[in-house]
Amino acid sequence: MAMKTSDDRFNHRVSKELENTFMRGAVSSAQERFQTRRLKQADELGHWEEWRSHGEEIRKHVLENLDYYLYQLSENVSKRGGHVYFAQTAKEATDYIQSIAKKNKATKIVKSKSMVTEEIDLNAALEELGCEVIETDLGEYILQVADHEPPSHIVAPALHKNKEQIRDIFKEKQGYAKSEKPEEIALYVREKLRNEYLTADIGITGCNFAIAESGSITLVTNEGNADLVTALPKTQITVMGMERIVPTFEEMEVLVSLLTRSAVGQKLTSYITTLTGIKDEGDTDGPEEFHLVIVDNGRSDILGSEFQPILQCIRCAACVNACPVYRHVGGHSYGSIYSGPVGVVLSPLLGGYEDFKELPYASTLCGACTDACPVKIPLHQLIHRHRQVIVENEGKAPVSEKLLMKAFGLGASSPTLYKMATKMASPAMAPFTKDQKISNGPGPLKAWTEARDFPAPNKDNFREWFKHRQKGGDE
Amino acid sequence: MVGTIEHRDVFLSKIANQLGRSPKTEMVRPTWQYQPQDRILKETTKDELVKVLTEQCKNIHTDIVISNTANLPADLQKIVENYGGKSVITWKDERFKSYGLSSLMTEQWPQANIKLYEWDSEQPAENIRQAEKANIGITISEITLAESGTAVLFSSKDKGRSVSFLPENSIILIPKSTIVPRMTQAARLISDKVRTGEPIASCINFITGPSNSADIEMILIVGVHGPMKATYIVVEDQ
Repeated sequence: MAMKTSDDRFNHRVSKELENTFMRGAVSSAQERFQTRRLKQADELGHWEEWRSHGEEIRKHVLENLDYYLYQLSENVSKRGGHVYFAQTAKEATDYIQSIAKKNKATKIVKSKSMVTEEIDLNAALEELGCEVIETDLGEYILQVADHEPPSHIVAPALHKNKEQIRDIFKEKQGYAKSEKPEEIALYVREKLRNEYLTADIGITGCNFAIAESGSITLVTNEGNADLVTALPKTQITVMGMERIVPTFEEMEVLVSLLTRSAVGQKLTSYITTLTGIKDEGDTDGPEEFHLVIVDNGRSDILGSEFQPILQCIRCAACVNACPVYRHVGGHSYGSIYSGPVGVVLSPLLGGYEDFKELPYASTLCGACTDACPVKIPLHQLIHRHRQVIVENEGKAPVSEKLLMKAFGLGASSPTLYKMATKMASPAMAPFTKDQKISNGPGPLKAWTEARDFPAPNKDNFREWFKHRQKGGDE
Repeated sequence: MVGTIEHRDVFLSKIANQLGRSPKTEMVRPTWQYQPQDRILKETTKDELVKVLTEQCKNIHTDIVISNTANLPADLQKIVENYGGKSVITWKDERFKSYGLSSLMTEQWPQANIKLYEWDSEQPAENIRQAEKANIGITISEITLAESGTAVLFSSKDKGRSVSFLPENSIILIPKSTIVPRMTQAARLISDKVRTGEPIASCINFITGPSNSADIEMILIVGVHGPMKATYIVVEDQ
């Protein structure tokens, strides 16, 4: 699927998702678990703010010198027998990968989880050639068997499905005859996919971090699927967003430490694998042919702009797990493979404002995302900046604020809404506050402020509200 | 063989242009303002690191046995039996012999009907076939990270990648001398090799316990595409 996952209108998507009670329960409990684990790991590590600052300085340095590091990377990949293809557009990338598939007369391709390949709609391009493309990450595989459903979370793509639904998908599509127990489903998928790895012609991966000094790529997984995808087929193709690079193993290590803690609350995931070029002489597993496809697809337009910090992103989804709007509406409401705060910032930049102009309004600007980000991207400020750009261009906000607040399930006319919104908004509201009154509030507040001025929120903070709400409070 | 590089110049020129300068082809290694990683487990003895590693194994669903060269054959045998014996695949690695495992592997196991296959760089297809059906894979850690409970494996012609992730059960020998505080030290060791021009293994695996997933309702499943179970054996080698 391409980046855009739905042609339905934004308000319709949100309303539909809000009726999905399982999804809403699953999302809020997942958010809590992800958050608790992340905070526990950050606490155990100690000096978390310093780690974040180090992560930030590395990512900033890389972006400022991106051409140099990509040059160095490509030289080193080539020295180790790999081919490097720089693709400015999604089409250039998919055309090149199609040509490799054709040249190798590939009929079966196994893949490990990769957001950038979703973004460039690679599976469709390969299926067009008649190739069978098999996703091997458990969550991605479930969605693929479920008629190519879009992911609803960057890290846990099938979060919106319960185990009974998953059992029924395999039963209906593949005649699965066992129970809904996750272990049984996983064992079934393990056995089913084993043969696919062994018989695939090409393995395709994404790239968490490329390492410029050695021409290596780093893959981070828990399931071990990326290792099988890269060890068994004769040809390996790795697709990377051009910004996913670090200078050396030392910076890779720092960012992996931040990523695994922020994404899943682990010190390290089960498998961190660095792969360098083709297999060594005499090796009997590993690829004989390796292609690294480096994708721009709109990223260079972000460089040098006020949105440049979004390219610091390491795709951990900590912001998604902290976002109160994501909690209410779930991943599919965003209509993009990138959901949550990172999706709100990135989707309009990569996919255009035309398709994603409502997304910057899917935020309360509370700043919880910014606080959660391990590389210190000022997410809520970038979201706010999107709104300014949209209003500058269109003369007005693209969505009915009234419908939106209703749709977010944040209440329409009760005082609860105001209490909640103001509690969350305190620091973020500064630009809208005149003489301690809010006169042109964003998001859910706008409809209120159109009718009357409200007293400015007191300096209460979001986490207090969030904590209270988790305990079952109703404010 | 040297690989091809396509469409680089125009791609990098656009980046440089967006950054408001001409393309860079030289760089001095940056000095970082923050270095929080050096504080972790600083000035910890090997024995203390073994304790940290042992404790972390509880979090990663991995059994750990502390052994020495005298007890290693018996300890290994116990684990192999616990995993149900049947068939074992190992790297072709002199260290097994130096740890005194030769008679266990080549005499006792055949008698007990445990089939041993040693990775053979002359037999590509057979290696994969054997690794796929083996009950147990045995490998050796080159660098071991106490903080996260991670074994680092370097691939080579005698040390196939598949031995650590195709068999259902994984046993990793951890020479005590390989234990370092965390990934920071491993990254530096590898980076030093790169800087001095020493080639690094085409596959470096940082393995932390058995494979797992929480993709279904966030419920943890141990054993997905890689091994279902894992045991580390720390060997006192100094």
